[in-house]
Amino acid sequence: MRIPIAALIGLFFTSLYFIVAIFAPWIAPYGMAEIVSPDIWAPSSAEFLLGTDNLGRDLLSRMIYGGRTTIFIATAATILSFATGSILGFLAAVLGGWADQLMSRFVDLLMSIPSLIFALVVLSVVPVTVTVLIIVMGLLDSTRVYRLARAVAVDINVMDYVEAAKLRGEGRKWIIFREILPNALSPLVAEMGLRFIFMVLFVSTLSFLGLGVQPPQADWGGIVKENADGIVYGIGAALYPAVAIATLAISVNLVADWVLNRTTSLKGGRG
Amino acid sequence: MSLLIKLLAQRIALGLVLLFMVSVLIFAGTMILPGDVAQSILGQSATPEALANMRRDLGLNDPPLQRYFSWLGGFLQGDLGTALTSGQDIAESLGKRLGNTLFLAFWAAIISVPLAITLGLIAVRYRERWPDKMISAVTLASISVPEFLIAYIAIFFVSVRLRWAPSVTTIHDGMSLGEKLHTISLPVAVLTLVVLAHMMRMTRAAILNVMQSAYIETAELKGLRMFNIIWKHAFPNSVAPIVNVVMLNMAYLVVGVVVIEVVFTYPGMGQYLVDHVSKRDIPVVQACGLIFAAVYIGLNMIADIVSILANPRLRHPK
Amino acid sequence: MSEPLVKVRDLKIGATVYPPGEKPHDIEIVHGVSFELAPGKVLGLIGESGAGKSTIGLASMAYGRGGVKITGGEVWVNGRDILKSNLGDVRSLRGGEVTYVSQSAAASFNPAKQIMDQVTEASIRHGKFSKKDAEARAVELFRKLGLPDPENIGTRYPHQVSGGQLQRCMTALALCPEPDLVVFDEPTTALDVTTQIDVLMAIKEAIRDTGVAALYITHDLAVVAQVSDDILVLKMGDMVEYGSVDQIINDPQEDYTKALVSVRSIDHQEKVATSEPVLKVEHITARYKGTNFDVLHDVNVELHPGQTLAVVGESGSGKSTLARVITGLLPPRGGNVHFAGRDLSAALGGRSREDLRELQMIYQMADVAMNPRQTVGTIIGRPLEFYFGLKGAEKQKRILELLEEIEMGEGFIDRYPAELSGGQKQRVCIARALAAKPKLIICDEVTSALDPLVADGILKLLLDLQKVEDVAYLFITHDLATVKAIADSIAVMYQGKVVRYGGKTDVLSPPFDDYTDLLLSSVPEMKLGWLEEVIANRKMESAGN
Repeated sequence: MRIPIAALIGLFFTSLYFIVAIFAPWIAPYGMAEIVSPDIWAPSSAEFLLGTDNLGRDLLSRMIYGGRTTIFIATAATILSFATGSILGFLAAVLGGWADQLMSRFVDLLMSIPSLIFALVVLSVVPVTVTVLIIVMGLLDSTRVYRLARAVAVDINVMDYVEAAKLRGEGRKWIIFREILPNALSPLVAEMGLRFIFMVLFVSTLSFLGLGVQPPQADWGGIVKENADGIVYGIGAALYPAVAIATLAISVNLVADWVLNRTTSLKGGRG
Repeated sequence: MSLLIKLLAQRIALGLVLLFMVSVLIFAGTMILPGDVAQSILGQSATPEALANMRRDLGLNDPPLQRYFSWLGGFLQGDLGTALTSGQDIAESLGKRLGNTLFLAFWAAIISVPLAITLGLIAVRYRERWPDKMISAVTLASISVPEFLIAYIAIFFVSVRLRWAPSVTTIHDGMSLGEKLHTISLPVAVLTLVVLAHMMRMTRAAILNVMQSAYIETAELKGLRMFNIIWKHAFPNSVAPIVNVVMLNMAYLVVGVVVIEVVFTYPGMGQYLVDHVSKRDIPVVQACGLIFAAVYIGLNMIADIVSILANPRLRHPK
Repeated sequence: MSEPLVKVRDLKIGATVYPPGEKPHDIEIVHGVSFELAPGKVLGLIGESGAGKSTIGLASMAYGRGGVKITGGEVWVNGRDILKSNLGDVRSLRGGEVTYVSQSAAASFNPAKQIMDQVTEASIRHGKFSKKDAEARAVELFRKLGLPDPENIGTRYPHQVSGGQLQRCMTALALCPEPDLVVFDEPTTALDVTTQIDVLMAIKEAIRDTGVAALYITHDLAVVAQVSDDILVLKMGDMVEYGSVDQIINDPQEDYTKALVSVRSIDHQEKVATSEPVLKVEHITARYKGTNFDVLHDVNVELHPGQTLAVVGESGSGKSTLARVITGLLPPRGGNVHFAGRDLSAALGGRSREDLRELQMIYQMADVAMNPRQTVGTIIGRPLEFYFGLKGAEKQKRILELLEEIEMGEGFIDRYPAELSGGQKQRVCIARALAAKPKLIICDEVTSALDPLVADGILKLLLDLQKVEDVAYLFITHDLATVKAIADSIAVMYQGKVVRYGGKTDVLSPPFDDYTDLLLSSVPEMKLGWLEEVIANRKMESAGN
């Protein structure tokens, strides 16, 4: 099987980011909160590749540890969102009737409030910890996964081959796992990539607003917040996370595109 | 005609029900969730008496249902209560800020909507050629970066390096319209950029969908000029989907405003909300949350109403 | 002899294809086709799907749909090669000299504009008529085409008139600018058979009265025989045979043409009922959830083992609903279904595994009746495993036997549905039904989506299998030719009621009730002058009344 160039680039950068995130303590040249230089916002040098931040910490180390936090939270929230959303979505499609109505109307209600506003309202009353962030982001986002999973499953559920299985007398388990799931997988996997990117943007935004990851812990949104004041003096420290987030997002997008194409082409033959 | 009116009435009723349920959700959400509001306002070191006083002042001792209805009743009469942290009347501070936010969003919309539709049309006209590809590349890039970062990149280059526009955008009543517009030029530009990508992509998809219909082929086989095909046949059928796209993006803009206001320290509702979330000032958060949700629900409702009105099957029933 | 209106020389057409997992590449879909058409004459283009007939029709307007490109040859219309014309010239050709009638008028009319505006648009744009004259001409055409209320129908919107009427409006749209040539692209295929004959008559008379030339594209030789002067038979983008309508129908030279002419001429003798019926449908009345009218009213039919009952009717007659009631997907409001000596539970949930096994179903669209992610082996093997507990080599052996029965080799066992042709897919569905060793198979329009020759193969296979397996078929169809080919008894359905029921010979012999008469006389026959005969007969009848 040939992997297209774009997907290869995407795969390379995505894996790079994940490897750096996992092995951050071994890769980062300095400690996360370690003040290593008396100069704040020092320019890049051999000693500090990206220079130092607003407190004289090594910016490269902050970026590496920050990536670890951001990617960890986004991954965990994506998994939570997918587990909840797709299980409930499939269930709603297969059960139908009032159970479907109840869940779908509740999701409509949740989605009638913009996620950011909803998150802000919730975060105004609960303590902001990493666990809370993951749960709030994951559950809010699971509404979107629910809608997609339900729509895909409803489409498949009315296909003649599912009807044929029902007429054969197959149980619910066979219908969900053997008839529906294999055909629902590719749109869901592609969506997973998009949800992950959204989570990265979401957690960065919350941290930037001071309502996400709390200092001294580093994350990309927080790094922007800490170094934002430097911008006015022409210091670009706050812009590094932009590059990091954009490259990660684009790489994941390229991989998701490829997965979607590959799995849909499988449907039309095994070429 | 009656079916049309019935559908419209249903959609509006749905909007109102949704709004009501959202108010319940926001109220219950800020109450039921773990954490004692009084405790979080006063901090861990607060004395039990102070906590008790605080709870009484907040009305935390009343039954929940009663508190909800007095809150909602006040809201409907324009009484949003007082802010815990400053003791100021929320309605008063909010009114001015809401105006400022709408001012910002209005100018962003005025610029982004025609621009997005034009670019969407260009993308369709040159489909799969370089203008289309460039537009989709820019789109991919701009949805891959959060709004606040786009804002800082803009500040870094436009405001700091080129010194074309201010990066801090405080506006007040004494300024003339021209001064105000110059002040908010950068946040407007950033907001435009943020919604432009989505709106363009969705416009492109909506028009392409119409252009691929069999009746467009019929028009082509009538030997009509491209202009006539688009103006007479594509346009009447694209209005509804495009208005839909615009409304959905205006809803998106409302959310984008929150972050942009914080970046540019613009005295609008978004900044007000974020400030008071960190201060855990519940009445302010509730009021802002409900207003944002109402605007969002309202815009979505307009989008649906336009689709209903534009459907020829409903306008000209059998 | 006068100069031909249209002269096509060695026309070659290519298209870009996007096979999954491969690079997009160009293929040729029409390989050098030539024909001529004199003014006022009608040429029928006939072929199965993929023959390139629509593509050739559109090429006469210098138009390629989607990624289709005309790659070679000449198309002369009114004395000039339109493939070499400039854009302005092509524009005055389209909608002025040559016009187009598509298969689906419903999709081809702009939903947001009144019919009159769309019918007169080309005439006005090309400066052929003033708005007033164009509208007068449109009303005249509406009248000629037998549309109700011709004065006012133009003020309606497309969704406000029926499918058959809209198809006639499309014909008016094509004839309005007084073109020299009209391209009819399967104009009656999407219509019910009793509607088709009206539209066909209207088109034929309109062609005759206006003296326009026409390219008539269809897959149905019996239809094209009624309207054409000449016929061009196409197969996979190649010319097979080109001759006068009389020669093609009465003296075809090529094997392929002979096959097309003799299609659906399976001779099937009615079998006599010998034993107790396997299926007895008694007083079935049914309606769909959330509606307030019955789709089936007091339906009673019987089916004997090893025989075929054809349930025939047009869209909306309730024939597919009957299948849903029998399978248990739609529990009826009243009546019961007696099957293999026992009463079946009304709802699917109440039926035993044995009930389900003995009653199998085959669908119209084989594409969506098979899970695209299962191989042929899994699809056929699952009922073996599920009903009989077969595993391993035993299952494999049985799968191979079944593949043999449907005339497909063991090479297909690991294929996915997407790798099969339409006919092969339907065969696999038949094998899946047979795997359960059923007493009754419900066949819901199983040949409607297939090309005539492929459909013929499926019908023959079903008949052969019936002899071997002694299985009964409940055959739901709208196509009377299929009914004649396969049925032992027939139930004619109309608006939810069985209007005529009995042995095949009885049902198809006079005296008829009104609806059956209309239905039978509307089915195009493969003979010249059939349409004129029917028109004459109907006029006589209405004069006699």
